[in-house]
Amino acid sequence: MQISMKVNGNDVTRDIEPRVLLVHFIREELGLTGTHWGCDTTNCGTCVVLMDGQPVKSCTVLAVMADGHEIRTVEGLAADGTLDPVQQGFMEEHGLQCGFCTPGMMLTARALLDRNPHPDAAEIREAISGQICRCTGYATIVRSVQWAAAHPLAKDPAADDGAAGASTAEEVTA
Amino acid sequence: MTTVQEHAPNPAAGDPGRPIGYGRIQRKEDPRFVRGKGNYLDDIVLPGMLHGAVLRAPVAHARLVSIDTTAALAHPKVLAVITGKDLQALNLAWAPTLSADVQAVLVTDKVRFQGQEVAFVVAEDRYAARDALELIDVEYDVLPPVIDARRAMDADAPVIRDDIEGRTDNRIFDWEMGDAAETEAVFAAADVVVSQEVVYPRVHPAPMETCGAVADFDPVDGRLTLYETTQAPHAHRTLYAMVAGIPEHKIRVVSPDIGGGFGNKVGIYPGYVLAVVGSIVTGRPVKWVEDRSENLMSTSFARDYIMQGEIAATKEGKILAVRTSVLADHGAFNATAQPTKNPAGFFSIFTGSYDLKAAYCKVRGVYTNKAPGGVAYACSFRVTEAVYLVERMVDILARKLEMDPAELRLKNFIRPEQFPYANKTGWVYDSGNYEPAMRLSMQMAGYDELRREQLEKRDRGELMGIGVAFFTETVGAGPRKHFDIVGLGMADGAELRVHPTGKAVVRISVQSQGQGHETTFAQIVAEELGIPPESIDVVHGDTDQTPFGLGTYGSRSTPVSGGAVALVARKVREKAKFIAAAMLEARPEDLEWEKGRWFVKGDPGVGKTIAEIALGAHGTVALPEGIDGNLDAEVTYDPPNLTFPFGAYICVVDVDAGTGAVKVRRFIAVDDCGTRINPMIIEGQVHGGLTDGVGMALMEIIAFDEDGNCLSGSFMDYLIPTAMEVPDWETGYTVTPSPHHPIGAKGIGESATVGSPPAIVNAIVDALAPYGVTHMDMPCTPARVWEAMQGRPRPPV
Repeated sequence: MQISMKVNGNDVTRDIEPRVLLVHFIREELGLTGTHWGCDTTNCGTCVVLMDGQPVKSCTVLAVMADGHEIRTVEGLAADGTLDPVQQGFMEEHGLQCGFCTPGMMLTARALLDRNPHPDAAEIREAISGQICRCTGYATIVRSVQWAAAHPLAKDPAADDGAAGASTAEEVTA
Repeated sequence: MTTVQEHAPNPAAGDPGRPIGYGRIQRKEDPRFVRGKGNYLDDIVLPGMLHGAVLRAPVAHARLVSIDTTAALAHPKVLAVITGKDLQALNLAWAPTLSADVQAVLVTDKVRFQGQEVAFVVAEDRYAARDALELIDVEYDVLPPVIDARRAMDADAPVIRDDIEGRTDNRIFDWEMGDAAETEAVFAAADVVVSQEVVYPRVHPAPMETCGAVADFDPVDGRLTLYETTQAPHAHRTLYAMVAGIPEHKIRVVSPDIGGGFGNKVGIYPGYVLAVVGSIVTGRPVKWVEDRSENLMSTSFARDYIMQGEIAATKEGKILAVRTSVLADHGAFNATAQPTKNPAGFFSIFTGSYDLKAAYCKVRGVYTNKAPGGVAYACSFRVTEAVYLVERMVDILARKLEMDPAELRLKNFIRPEQFPYANKTGWVYDSGNYEPAMRLSMQMAGYDELRREQLEKRDRGELMGIGVAFFTETVGAGPRKHFDIVGLGMADGAELRVHPTGKAVVRISVQSQGQGHETTFAQIVAEELGIPPESIDVVHGDTDQTPFGLGTYGSRSTPVSGGAVALVARKVREKAKFIAAAMLEARPEDLEWEKGRWFVKGDPGVGKTIAEIALGAHGTVALPEGIDGNLDAEVTYDPPNLTFPFGAYICVVDVDAGTGAVKVRRFIAVDDCGTRINPMIIEGQVHGGLTDGVGMALMEIIAFDEDGNCLSGSFMDYLIPTAMEVPDWETGYTVTPSPHHPIGAKGIGESATVGSPPAIVNAIVDALAPYGVTHMDMPCTPARVWEAMQGRPRPPV
């Protein structure tokens, strides 16, 4: 069936099988491999993307359920070549090691900061509690998000309505 | 707020412990990862690539009666269905393991564990491949399984490995270390002896990225390019050449970005071999990526040791000897990934950090109808089990003697002047200074204050526990003469090229799974040559691009490959001296090195920087005989000994007396990994390992029912700590360099995974002291803690 959605600000339309998972749609149809897959049971959060600004686990969302919605992936975090403060924070505070859970963690952090620009450590821990990281032990992720909170961009890229620089996969531009 | 205390280094360690190579710098690999531009296995897409999926056995033990693949083959998107019979024709149905056994690639005769590989489908896309699995009709004749390792040697136990000629029982090996008679004599004469069964249950590394491969066989020139989630690309290539008969120069193994390994990605799994066979059969690239259940149910598990521990001491608290008898459950195939001559890995370091008169251990390995593996999950080749055993036993002894567990440890440490220290099971500890680390951890914890708080809480009926653990690891295998994997000596190579403009590339044989090799190894070169880390590229993970070496596991990257990198940089530095001398028209012996340049002794203004020398090497200056026109070098480093990192950990827990729920309130970790390179990366390694420890101590277990059904086949059942279950880690360090390592570094990758479980369990048992609990096995789930409080502690298996 045909579905259309906005991905990192770009309109995409595809004909897909109804059973295709959103994570596979993003990775394989759109070629945006920054979104990872880790468990299939909604436990690990490696596949988190933002749907209409809310974190969702894209392994348990059918692509057809995203029809008509806005999706933001890790490739859509940086705007015009400028890293999101969350991305900078993860580099500054060693919030990542193998990098596999990182895109999902950063998107959840972005959604948290969008609704709560100054979260305390407990709020950050709660926000990422649906996601698993095997490398960092979480403390540096908490610090990374705190770094981002302390260094907001003058212009919030989330409010940029998708002028995100994610169109490297040319398929994304419909 | 996150509270992390970084304490001043141990002043007794001589050199103030300055981190080398520019210290805390940001990681070079992070810019691609934070942009989603990492290149993990499943991100690889080759033209014409097909997808493979594995059909797995639904039962633990069964004769294979028949497989009907007709319907699957009729699926319009299916290109091939491969069974064990097909592999037999290629002589690939069985593959050698890393432990002198064989493992079925696909079942030919009998299923030996639930989740074992039965058939392989190759299809146009991953959904079709999965669909086709359901079209394969398999008939099984179910057999009684052996699930409890304690029953594996019963006279009436079914023989699991009837594929091995002459096999009449389930014994794999018996192995011993230490002097049994000497130990018995010490035990017989000791004032105090305590014993305890200590079980380290089966757990799983469960990296966030599961295992997978993309095989691309070119039938024209017979060349195989194999992308794999592997921690050891060179070892894999050699083994493929030995097993599959493809000449080694025609095999290229590429390990791309790896989404966590922890030992799960050392061995060669049937899925990798099947991807290769699929590519050979179809003439197209084939991708195979396992799902989470496949990862948890079929790939290398960890631990599964049932240990009978004994410890002997004087009544004053001088520990005299330790002894243990271990039953090791290796699953259906002996496929542990460890040095071949060490069937129980480095378990014999169970003498711990203490100066003992005697020690003896014996280990029996048995087959059961469970997945193979055993050496994984940041275990440093079974040091995890060894440290857990001795640190539980010391705590049990402390309770018996009514001594403080920290004081008992302080009383028995190997003293600094005893290093290098030969223990009773054949290890020579390179260096150590244990008391300052223990004292620092106690100071950071506010140990005496915590004990006072505990007493007050006990008066109120509240359960608070303080757990102490001190560990010594043995890592960095190893000297080639002692350690090999199927005959391959455990050395590592490094090649360094300084380009004409003074930028450099260093090629290494170890493979990062998140440890930050691209940063750390650049920093080692930076320290030795004065080239800034950002001007040094680190190449790893591609056998066509890097020198031979055995890979990353057992915390061996910095101890072995780090040594290789330091030495190759020194070789370049020495060569640079001769080139600089030619450029300066001076004698080499008249030159002196300062970071980044050679200059004329007594005339510091006259000299050449490494960049100038690099250009000179490639320029027109006449070079002395024997110095060729480049600034390149290569080495293979064979370490003279292992390294022995250590640490002192203190854990504070609160136990809910009503529910048995454990909250890890604080965790203080003081680590000594010798010379430090990037403190940020070191801290990250420690934090990750501590989280593993909370997982194993509180929630992680791969469990089975009596029929051999795996009860932990998804993340809904195999629980892993989230940010809610772990505290803000409090870390500190001392610095006691390794005397034999080129830069004095010892390795840090597994220290915290090794050291934290006993600290946590010791804390829980301490909390439960008012209930008379002296031991409980992991995982300390609320239900199991509550049972222990009711006087009914259960072993987990």
